[in-house]
Amino acid sequence: MQVNLNINNQNKTIEIEPGEILLDTLRNSGLHGPKRACSTGDCGACTVIINGEAVNSCLIFTASVDGAKILTVEGLGTVSNPHPLQKAFVEEGAVQCGYCIPGMLMSAKVLLDKNNNPSEEEIKTALGGHLCRCTGYVKQIKAVMKAALQLKGGR
Amino acid sequence: MNNQYKVVNKSVKKIDGLALACGKPVFTEDLSNKDFLCVKILSSTKAHAKIKNIDISKAEALEGVKCILCYKNVPRIIRTTAGQGFPEPSPYDSFMFDDKVRFVGDRVAAVAAINEEIADKALELIKVEYEVLEHILDPRDAMKDGAPVIHDEKECKVIIPIDYRPEKNICASVSAIVGDVDTALTNSDYVFDITVHSPRAQHCATEPHISLAYLDEKDRIVIVTSTQVPFHVRRIVAQTLELPVKKIRVIKPRVGGAFGSKQEVCFEDIVAMITLKTGLPCKLKYSREEVFVSSRTRHEQYVTIKAGLNKDSKITAFDMYVLSNTGAYGSHGLTVMCNCGSKVLPLYPTDNINFKGHAVYTNTPVAGAYRGYGATQAAFAMEIIIDQMAEKLGVDPVEFRLSHHIQEGQGSAIFQALGEGREGVEQKVKTCGLPDCIKLGAKEIGWKEKYYKPKDKGPIKRGIGIAALMQGSSIPEIDMASASLKMNEDGSFNLLVGATDLGTGSDTVLAQIAAESLGISEEDIIVYSSDTDMTPFDVGAYASSTTYLSGMAVKNAAEQVKEQILKVVSEMFMEKDAIYTFANKKVKSNSGKEASFEEIALRALYQQNQFQIGSIGSAISHSSPPPFSAHFVEVEVDTETGKVIVLKYVAAVDCGTAINPKLAEGQTEGAVLNGISYALTENYILNSYGKMLNPNFRHYKTLKMNDIKEIKTILVPTHEPTGPYGAKSVSEISINGAMPAISNAIYNATGVRLTDAPFTPDRVLKALKSKI
Repeated sequence: MQVNLNINNQNKTIEIEPGEILLDTLRNSGLHGPKRACSTGDCGACTVIINGEAVNSCLIFTASVDGAKILTVEGLGTVSNPHPLQKAFVEEGAVQCGYCIPGMLMSAKVLLDKNNNPSEEEIKTALGGHLCRCTGYVKQIKAVMKAALQLKGGR
Repeated sequence: MNNQYKVVNKSVKKIDGLALACGKPVFTEDLSNKDFLCVKILSSTKAHAKIKNIDISKAEALEGVKCILCYKNVPRIIRTTAGQGFPEPSPYDSFMFDDKVRFVGDRVAAVAAINEEIADKALELIKVEYEVLEHILDPRDAMKDGAPVIHDEKECKVIIPIDYRPEKNICASVSAIVGDVDTALTNSDYVFDITVHSPRAQHCATEPHISLAYLDEKDRIVIVTSTQVPFHVRRIVAQTLELPVKKIRVIKPRVGGAFGSKQEVCFEDIVAMITLKTGLPCKLKYSREEVFVSSRTRHEQYVTIKAGLNKDSKITAFDMYVLSNTGAYGSHGLTVMCNCGSKVLPLYPTDNINFKGHAVYTNTPVAGAYRGYGATQAAFAMEIIIDQMAEKLGVDPVEFRLSHHIQEGQGSAIFQALGEGREGVEQKVKTCGLPDCIKLGAKEIGWKEKYYKPKDKGPIKRGIGIAALMQGSSIPEIDMASASLKMNEDGSFNLLVGATDLGTGSDTVLAQIAAESLGISEEDIIVYSSDTDMTPFDVGAYASSTTYLSGMAVKNAAEQVKEQILKVVSEMFMEKDAIYTFANKKVKSNSGKEASFEEIALRALYQQNQFQIGSIGSAISHSSPPPFSAHFVEVEVDTETGKVIVLKYVAAVDCGTAINPKLAEGQTEGAVLNGISYALTENYILNSYGKMLNPNFRHYKTLKMNDIKEIKTILVPTHEPTGPYGAKSVSEISINGAMPAISNAIYNATGVRLTDAPFTPDRVLKALKSKI
């Protein structure tokens, strides 16, 4: 069967199997940002933004999001032109092994889209579905705050 | 003290950070495609059984199935899967496949098919006939008379002289004796005796174990794998497949966390065998459930310490006994147990020490290396007993530690008595920042105000606790690292290292060390790690060795390169007895002449007496300088529900010179949180048949961002003379503090002592009730 998806601002018609999971569709399309780490929606490594909401793509049937607008970390920024969140994560030392980061950045983006001045507690709640085993989350909280400030135009 | 440095001791950005944050295809799975066969493992449903027969005919007949491996069609070569130096101190007690299974989750067969669906179907079509044997789950039952023998295969053996008695389920035993403990304890004013229990635990690296294999154009086997030990993988796969090492290439891309779990050949032998048999590329990735059940775990341990103390505050003796559960196979069985003694007993010097232990086989998931490596479990017991000593004497636990810890210039008989399957290496502590760690940490947590504060009358009680810690930096006289540096015509360098960045940031740290040595920016160092065809040898990322030992190898390589550069410069300048300095990518002579690295490289490569400026530097460690740390924690205990909340955690760490302070903080914070999670929630729940009931993140709880309050890291600089730019290790030490510090804090809050981790609400409530 076919679905129409807008992925990272590009319209695509994709041939899928019935029962195909969105994470697999995205990875098979050459997007390596979202990761399969638990398959039960408990770690957040597969998080993408679907129509403005952060969603575990390992739990979503591709067929169920036909017509949706999807953003993965590849659509957030690039190495030569990173998004302020990506920049802040690197500057603050929030990226260690980096396996969980593309997912976490998606939740952080949705948070900042809705709330440009989040408190520490709001960040913890928004990013609370992500498992990072390398860090103590300290630097990621700082990074989100730094990016929020930058996005507001402050320094 | 370190302000003379230009690049090290600076928080430069992690060199691979942006690529990772942009989702670049840098992990093992990203390097595969649809042409790779999907490999799946059929694992045992029995804890202990003989395989009477296995019928793979139906599965083999399924269209799309390319290869099935089981004990019937692979060579029967005994080996260890532990990724350690050779000869390994772990017993040879496993095969690629065997006709016996020893735990629920053990390998029975592997299927390679053109896709996952067919592979799963094929697994269902394999018929296994088991003859179920009696099993052992509790390590305390393993050595009993009449216990079933888990390793009764005739081939199992050790290849270095260690006490190995498989007929008694003893994977290793150890004994180190200093002085006369029995007499000392008899004559002591006070004797303490405590046993603590640390459960098995999962590393939970976010990237599950994964390996690819394919043939290169010369039909060599290329293994791309998420590993800490590429060179050990190459050696052990060669051994298992009976191939020469030269037929195998192992590539390690970025690794999505490891923490010890990938210091192991979990299944690289299987993908290599499938590619060897089929000629086709293949991929094997564990599901999260398989990571929990079939990869490796922390060793469950019972640690008992008896200690003597005199009224004059002298510690007279330590008698430590470790019962370590190595699970179904003996990976790291001996060495984790040895580390319990060698990384914990030296912290409080005494004249009399007994250290004994048994690592035993059980029919449970296989233990292996896990950050902390035994020190975690032993520090749990030690730091409680130190608190008990202070309490007995009426001394503040902070003051007691300050007056009893090992000092600079001091050694410990246990350093020499305990090695890795052989005698250890005598060493004296050259740098010890522990006093400052303790003082600064105590101030940060508000020790004086909080420790003595009367407890609240309500159901919520607050308390604070401390733990002091040491670890090591590399395995002395065993570990070796090397690095190669090659100059390019723009004055940049390729740095090739066998050292294995697991997400720790070691590529960045090693680039900083090279850059500092050469007087250039870390941005002029292009790092590549690790690939057995391309990069020089390194034992791998374990034993807290990379910054200290691989860093020294990089520095040695850079020193040699500098000599070569000076050879070119002296030809260029034609000066006698000049003194040269390296800075800003230039060499300057004391006469004022200068040459840029670009000019030097162009001359060396193209113009005059040409040669490649480049070298390989190696380093071996003659000592294992301990980093030190003091941990402080404030907790809240709800005496009605038993819930323990960590309000604030302070880790003050002496890691020598922090080559990259931000990354060192990151290592510390990650280890601290893993430690808190281990102390409060993480546990394998096995049923009476040895099956794990909670192999997922929903029921095996690891702490997340919304579970934490405040974690504070304080770096306390010292200058270790044997380390690169004064560095010691930082990666492991900080996982060791949470269990004892939180236990001590719960005691301070409630008067109740928790010795069985994790401190879950039911256990806390039970302990509170038994007090009443």
